[in-house]
Amino acid sequence: MTADAPRGVDAPPELVQLLTPEGERVEHPDYDIELTAEEVRSLYRDLVLVRRVDLEAVALQRQGELGIWASLLGQEAAQIGSGRALTDADMAFPTYREHGVAWCRDVDPVKLLGLFRGVNHGGWDPAEHNFHLYTIVIGSQTLHAVGYAMGVQRDGAEAASIVYFGDGATSQGDVNESFIWASVFNAPVVFFCQNNQWAISEPLEKQSKIPLYKRASGFGFPGVRVDGNDVFACLAVTRRALQNAREGQGPTLIEAFTYRMGAHTTSDDPTRYRLADELEAWKLKDPIERVKAYLFRNQLADQEFFEKIEAEADALGKDVRGRCLALPDPPPEAMFQHVYADAHALMEEERQQYLSYLAGFER
Amino acid sequence: MTTLTLAKALNEGLRRSMEDDSKVLVMGEDVGKLGGVFRVTDGLQKDFGEERVIDTPLAESGIVGTAIGLALRGYRPVCEIQFDGFVFPAADQIITQLAKMPLRSLGTLKLPVVVRIPFGGGIGAVEHHSESPEAYFTHTAGLRVVACSNPADAYTMIQEAVRCDDPIIFFEPKRRYWDKAEVDLLGSGLPLDRARVVRKGRDATLIAYGPMVKTCVEAASAVEEDGRDLEVIDLRSLNPLDMDVVTDSVRRTGRCVVVHEAPVFTGFGAELAARITESCFYHLEAPVLRVGGFSTPYPPSRLEDHYLPDLDRVLDAVDRSFAY
Repeated sequence: MTADAPRGVDAPPELVQLLTPEGERVEHPDYDIELTAEEVRSLYRDLVLVRRVDLEAVALQRQGELGIWASLLGQEAAQIGSGRALTDADMAFPTYREHGVAWCRDVDPVKLLGLFRGVNHGGWDPAEHNFHLYTIVIGSQTLHAVGYAMGVQRDGAEAASIVYFGDGATSQGDVNESFIWASVFNAPVVFFCQNNQWAISEPLEKQSKIPLYKRASGFGFPGVRVDGNDVFACLAVTRRALQNAREGQGPTLIEAFTYRMGAHTTSDDPTRYRLADELEAWKLKDPIERVKAYLFRNQLADQEFFEKIEAEADALGKDVRGRCLALPDPPPEAMFQHVYADAHALMEEERQQYLSYLAGFER
Repeated sequence: MTTLTLAKALNEGLRRSMEDDSKVLVMGEDVGKLGGVFRVTDGLQKDFGEERVIDTPLAESGIVGTAIGLALRGYRPVCEIQFDGFVFPAADQIITQLAKMPLRSLGTLKLPVVVRIPFGGGIGAVEHHSESPEAYFTHTAGLRVVACSNPADAYTMIQEAVRCDDPIIFFEPKRRYWDKAEVDLLGSGLPLDRARVVRKGRDATLIAYGPMVKTCVEAASAVEEDGRDLEVIDLRSLNPLDMDVVTDSVRRTGRCVVVHEAPVFTGFGAELAARITESCFYHLEAPVLRVGGFSTPYPPSRLEDHYLPDLDRVLDAVDRSFAY
């Protein structure tokens, strides 16, 4: 591939796909999925709503209400498909872009905004949702997911962990160590790599000479490449991998072949490093349009349904905006809270000193 | 009372922790069948099984990173880093994740992970096997940092560390692993965050931790017949720091020398000197002096006797303090 050729526009032959970009259901020899009309409509609703939350967050950042936002635009199917494959007992370890998975784990979208607005570093209880906090250091969470899975093994529990990371993360030492650990201990973990073609400005060929899913074989476990814009395929492939993990068959690497439609974050400018043609080509593979086409084509939903979802999305966007603006700034003493679980003399001393210093201004 | 080496005291402490709480795990390189390169985990895998005493792949970041995951699942892992100079591949997991995740979670997550690190020199080792990296970790909010100096403390401190809900960097003075002392296997020690006056004295205060405590006690004994009465404090905990014991002592003696193996420049002694200056300014007869390693990388072992503070260098600093 030349440096300026559009990336990933021609689907690689090994891609697991169950729903074409045109909304046509296709067969795959190894994977299949049975979905009721209600289930497909529900997936469609998920996709639309998380995109709406994401657009609202981008707008909030543009208006100065968030410091930064990492958009999931284009990656909705990878996140909803894999997220809906999880059982309540499974545990998910996200990057900072997994807003769709958070949605599947019932995390209030406003709670995602806290760290981007700067009111906290993570605003939800991971144990309540079995959805870990966003991890910003690239790839660190892969080891946490494997350790968690080793705990699941020791508990004899019917569960697995799934860890999200991107194509850039596969170059990190921690990700490679996590592959080794998972393999050696046969840990019940699914590695879900969203290959969105770009690590900020660096294309995939700066990270790998081979397709990412093939990395798994060198570590001794299966790898599979799935159409990351196909919610059916992502659901089917992740379900299988999770079930294998729960049944003691060890880890799987899933490479969800997708595209980051937006910038890396709101601070990024993709026009400096990639072609508009590439974006246009990927728009034709949109993860939501193909489900809409499928629903239409098979008369599983009518115009009223789509309008209802749009209205729900608008209401959600409005609600998220309103509650984001109402997020209170934390009081200064919050800095000193939760640094340590047990009493810590230095923390208490500095807290008291600073509060009495502040109190001096109020007299 | 039982006579134990420091290494064996740690072993007994770990054993008791594992007996008391089935969630306690031991993990690291060679900690299983071999019992660790210093034999601190000797026999634990035989008695508690491979599920609880885990020989890990040879990757330090992986050890700490997976320990975090195990802690998130309710376990209490005790990680062994084989030598001080090998902790750096794990520094990212320790500093960006282990130390900060509880705050990130607004207190909903606890990470009761102990990272044991044999530290310090004096054993004639090759490069990377003799370092004192404690200041990197005392500078990281969210970690507790402790150092044991003797078998009795080793036995109780490791148990306290395992019981603590915060992540702890637990430094072990490797050249003292073979020192023997009486240990009360039924007893409990000082709280983990408390310093101890190990030798009472009137004329000057020596402050140390880990391997230098013994050096300071020997220095104090050596000048006793000259009429110098030196007090020795074993800090035990570096973060948090028990300033009450330090301040009480220096206000009485008016003179203070801080001793550690780590380089003096921006070493832990700098923090002590600054704090003592603040808390004891009107009681000081001389500036707080520091004795430690030079601002060089740890030297080849044939030179380490020059690099490491010894009795003479400690007493030279005491003389300089009295010269003010």
